[in-house]
Amino acid sequence: MNDSLSLSALTPLLPEIFLAVAGLALLVVGVVREQRHGLCAMCRAVAFCFVLACVFMLGLDWHRTVALNGMFVMDQFAGVMKFMILGGLLISVVLGEKYLAQEGLARFEYPLLILFAGLGMMVMVSANHMLVAYMGLELQSLSLYVLAAFRRGHGKSSEAGIKYFLLGALASGFLLFGMSLIYGYTGALSFDGISHVLRASGEGALALPALVGMVFIIIGIAFKISAVPFHMWTPDVYEGAAGSVTALFAIVPKVAAMGLLLRILFAVFEPAQDQWQQIMWLLSMGSMLVGAFGALAQTNIKRLMAYSSINHMGYALIGVVAASQTGVAGVIFYMMVYMLMAAGVFAVVLMMRRGGIALRETTDLAGLGLRNPAIAYAMAILMFSMAGIPPMAGFFCKMFVFQAAIAEGFYVLSVVGVLTTAVAAFYYLRIIKIMFFDKPAEALDQDFGFGRRAVLLGSVLFVVLFILNPDVLIEISRSAAAAVMVAP
Amino acid sequence: MTELPVLSLMVFLPLVGVLFILMIRGDEARVARNAKLAAVWTSLFTFSLSLYMFFAFDADDPGFQFEQQLTWFPDLGISYHVGVDGISLFFVMLSAFLVPVCILASWDSIKTRVRQYMIVFLLLETFMVGTFTALDALLFYVFYEGSLIPMFLIIGMWGGENRVYSAYKFFLYTLAGSVLMLVGLLALYFMHGTTDIPVLLENPVTADVQKWLWLAFFVSFAIKVPMWPVHTWLPDAHVQAPTAGSVILAGVLLKMGGYGFLRFSLPLFPDASAYFAPLVYGLSIVAFAYASLIAFVQRDMKKLIAYSSVAHMGFVTLGIFTGTMQGIQGGIFQMLSHGLISAALFLCVGVVYDRLHTREMARYGGLVNNMPIYAAVFMILMLGSVGLPGTSGFVGEFLALLGAFHVSATLAFFAAGGIILGAIYMLRLYRKVIFGPLENKDTAAMKDLNRREILIFLPIVGMVLWFGLFPNAILDRTGPAVERLMESYHLALQKPQITALILDSVAPEAGDVSARWMAMPPMPEVISNE
Repeated sequence: MNDSLSLSALTPLLPEIFLAVAGLALLVVGVVREQRHGLCAMCRAVAFCFVLACVFMLGLDWHRTVALNGMFVMDQFAGVMKFMILGGLLISVVLGEKYLAQEGLARFEYPLLILFAGLGMMVMVSANHMLVAYMGLELQSLSLYVLAAFRRGHGKSSEAGIKYFLLGALASGFLLFGMSLIYGYTGALSFDGISHVLRASGEGALALPALVGMVFIIIGIAFKISAVPFHMWTPDVYEGAAGSVTALFAIVPKVAAMGLLLRILFAVFEPAQDQWQQIMWLLSMGSMLVGAFGALAQTNIKRLMAYSSINHMGYALIGVVAASQTGVAGVIFYMMVYMLMAAGVFAVVLMMRRGGIALRETTDLAGLGLRNPAIAYAMAILMFSMAGIPPMAGFFCKMFVFQAAIAEGFYVLSVVGVLTTAVAAFYYLRIIKIMFFDKPAEALDQDFGFGRRAVLLGSVLFVVLFILNPDVLIEISRSAAAAVMVAP
Repeated sequence: MTELPVLSLMVFLPLVGVLFILMIRGDEARVARNAKLAAVWTSLFTFSLSLYMFFAFDADDPGFQFEQQLTWFPDLGISYHVGVDGISLFFVMLSAFLVPVCILASWDSIKTRVRQYMIVFLLLETFMVGTFTALDALLFYVFYEGSLIPMFLIIGMWGGENRVYSAYKFFLYTLAGSVLMLVGLLALYFMHGTTDIPVLLENPVTADVQKWLWLAFFVSFAIKVPMWPVHTWLPDAHVQAPTAGSVILAGVLLKMGGYGFLRFSLPLFPDASAYFAPLVYGLSIVAFAYASLIAFVQRDMKKLIAYSSVAHMGFVTLGIFTGTMQGIQGGIFQMLSHGLISAALFLCVGVVYDRLHTREMARYGGLVNNMPIYAAVFMILMLGSVGLPGTSGFVGEFLALLGAFHVSATLAFFAAGGIILGAIYMLRLYRKVIFGPLENKDTAAMKDLNRREILIFLPIVGMVLWFGLFPNAILDRTGPAVERLMESYHLALQKPQITALILDSVAPEAGDVSARWMAMPPMPEVISNE
């Protein structure tokens, strides 16, 4: 363990180091350079960095390797999650580029904050030590707090930033408190060390301090994936943040938080599976119900998508509850599909502009089926997919988590789950109804830009054509699940 | 059997048509005309493939034919597997037949978004044919639930004044039912590690689990059929849907429920089916009585026919769950016959609706004077719906009654009462619309059927009569598959099955299966309520 800090020992961190250095360098460039056209060039530079990071990822050894004295782990799971994160970040940069210019928010910090948030996320999913996990989480959160308040002059945006910050700080407090309890009980902070002690302390229930510590840690992370009852911030932050920032929130941070959650549950608290299954059961059930029923009354499309994301996290957590390899693979797969679906939906949300002003009510989509049929049909397909109607990809990701839950005997959870999909279908259908059955409103501004079109097209093609060759993604999810579930 | 993957072609050919329609460019009128042509040729070609399938079908083979299996989820035991047996054969044909009929029927009446209209109908065809040919339960589910999407759009985009409410109701009702089936299906998958229907058929599940699974599947199919008391979406959907939407809904989509009973409930959960059979009988009887009485007081023609559908599908569920040869054959026959007759009745309503734009019975009357051909067509269909001997409606109801009689005479008594009630409201409809004085000027000005409409009605009326006079055309082909179903059903119930034994001992000559079982002495009671 106590190897010297040679360069080769840092290889697993190569993408992270690259991103950190590139981010700092670009920050300097951004400050020094003339800022008038800063955003566009910076977005491209950051997007290029993400692509390069992906290339570095491919060059790495994806077998389990630890670095930094066991603080950092690189394995199949971390690799897959990082790929998803980088992909999601890339999408949100592409989505945001032109949108921010249209909104008059063309500041070069935007892509850089995304880059640093991404760095934090990548550290999160590779953490093998409580402090590293916390560091990653905080780097991510701090960047996102700033992004939430990015529309400085706008009241709602500031509110979103403050709200997100306060509640996020509270959640971090929970997380730290949990970690300190665990440290007090086990005397270890590294994942391997903690799980070693917990395992040695015998089968069955955890001792009370460790149990409380675990619950606090779970709460801290549940906040980040906005699982009920820690979801309160989601609708407000989604509503207040600038559109492309909301898109980012919907697409990426949940993937990273879910990655950290899976890692901590299976690599650290694996001996306490019976206990955290109960917690996850509650979180999952609550998220499905609140997400489904809460969205029914929403008219603001961003709030609607916030509840929709809560709902989806509930389904994803079903796979965590099942705690089997199929279940975990289901979660990872679910996050992949959800990410790609949400990207497409937000591409449409960002297209909703009329007379240079961003629209936010669902009714503003009225008659899109006549005015912009291609976009309307794309959105309809995504809505059906979100509702989990076959043959779209959204059906299969639900199917896999339900299948895992049934195999482990969680029938109540599955039945409630499928019934809430029927409830949720109601509001997805309402979007379709507004687009196709209602009296047309004015046409949207046609200036969509390449980025949004490309993301939308990619998302729809994925959702529709997934059925033809489903095996690739499922196989990837399975290998990642196998990696995270191997006891260290 | 054959090198040609005829079923896959039938499933995916409409999608090729969709691609063609998407590529049409030009002004609106041109797009509309070309989209219609492309849709009608695609669907006709699909129908001709189904005719090929019909003639290449080996009537003596009780198993699946034209099978094709491709890997889909290689590690999960889920595959793309299609095939037809005697039970599904005619449903596939019915779907392939009704789609061109619908497209022709909407030739002039659909004026907005014609391209989209044709696309969703072709999509619907893919899903319908897929549902009836799927031999993998998950594939079945994908098609079964996928069919909601186009139907939702059809009702919502081209429907009447209250279309949004109806479209929602249709979608959410059926979705809520089918997601429970998904849970049941995943539980089955968990037990067997595969969703391949032929494999599932060979491995029945234990009796206590069966009941739960049966219920999960039952809710879904019962909503689809629809059975009382979950039928309320149907009248709304029918009234608001455009004519062609109603035709497909009554003609094919309702049959998915009955088909599901035959493909899943009965063979996979025989014990539970026998256990719950009295429940189904009860619901079916209520459906006859209740739906018929409601139909009697309707003023809206479409609503009346919609309620008559609920009553007629009651015979289907009754027949299927008697678990007798006659009952099941009758159920299948009744579904096909109802698929033709009610579809055509909706077309009849569509004909006058296109001319006068109202479905109020009171606005019509005396049409026999100025629309004689229409009156004749309507009469044959009306009598078919009533179940007059010589029409296909009679055979289905009679067989279902026979099946019911084997279970109990009381049951048959109530079911027969349903037929009488059915006659009352249908005759009333006919009297009000066709006979009576020709009072309104605009009614008097209505023109008789034009050539396109005659072309649509001719084959349907012909088939209604043909199947009424020569039911063996259908029964001979469904017979072997139903026999096999019966055999396994009764084996599972561990009761010696007389039908199967006797039929086996008779030399199995092709062509007179139905004659053999029609001449059978009444069977002893085969259903016991454990």
